[in-house]
Amino acid sequence: MKAAILVFPGSNCDRDLAVAFRAAGFETEMVWHKETELPRGVDIVGVPGGFSYGDYLRCGAIAAQSPIMRAVAGFAGKGGHVLGICNGFQVLCETRLLPGALMRNAGLKFVCRMQGLRVATTDCAFTGGYKPGQDVVFPIAHHDGNYQIDAEGLARLEGEDRIAFTYVGNPNGATADIAGILSENRRVLGLMPHPERVVDPAQGGSDGATLFTSLSEALVAA
Amino acid sequence: MKATVTVMLKQGVLDPQGAAVKSALGALGFDGVEDVRQGKVIELDLAPGTTEAQVTEMCEKLLANTVIESYRVEIG
Repeated sequence: MKAAILVFPGSNCDRDLAVAFRAAGFETEMVWHKETELPRGVDIVGVPGGFSYGDYLRCGAIAAQSPIMRAVAGFAGKGGHVLGICNGFQVLCETRLLPGALMRNAGLKFVCRMQGLRVATTDCAFTGGYKPGQDVVFPIAHHDGNYQIDAEGLARLEGEDRIAFTYVGNPNGATADIAGILSENRRVLGLMPHPERVVDPAQGGSDGATLFTSLSEALVAA
Repeated sequence: MKATVTVMLKQGVLDPQGAAVKSALGALGFDGVEDVRQGKVIELDLAPGTTEAQVTEMCEKLLANTVIESYRVEIG
């Protein structure tokens, strides 16, 4: 199994994400944003956290226009799995691979802390190893994590069971406490919290490891 | 030719920065401010022949996120 991890100017969680994938049994390959194709044999693309292009214009807006994102959109269109974390979630919304948008936190402050979350669905390759409704703790570290979607879009996410994680205690004003959502085909996940920062007890927690092992089990079985 | 693009959060989208500015103005004693909305202005220097339709396309594709933002284009 191979995970491709995108690297933009300003990405800073790319290597952490590679470590988390490798711990779950993936080979990893870093892919620079100027590339126009993904490496052969990729099973999943990771879009890492950070501050791509210095968050200029809007978080993720410039990265969304990079050559590699066209390849990622094609990969997702063919049913490929994509995981976007924090800035990666912002990039996926800006490319319209996921609906909605991430705005400045309602409290205006950059929020950096351990955050309780609820696993809102286990019906996808990313969360299959959690128990439905399980509470987990992942770190959050963001200034623009306030997820916004219109009422119709929210009803659709709820009706199709596409909300993957919700906050227990909303840190940023996100609509319906949404921390992470799935695409219509359930193969693209975007979330603000950082599962890759809690994959080993030495990091102060290992709740995130299940996400990567779930993926590895689901993709091997596929 | 110049185009000026004004990007604002849509009405109904909570503008936390505008709210903070309003509160800071209140703290300075300007208590007549009923609402503040903060947006951005983008100035484009355009080659002759660039059309307003092209600027609109720029707004749709990049300059505004139309999920949460509206935009206005002024040419000249």
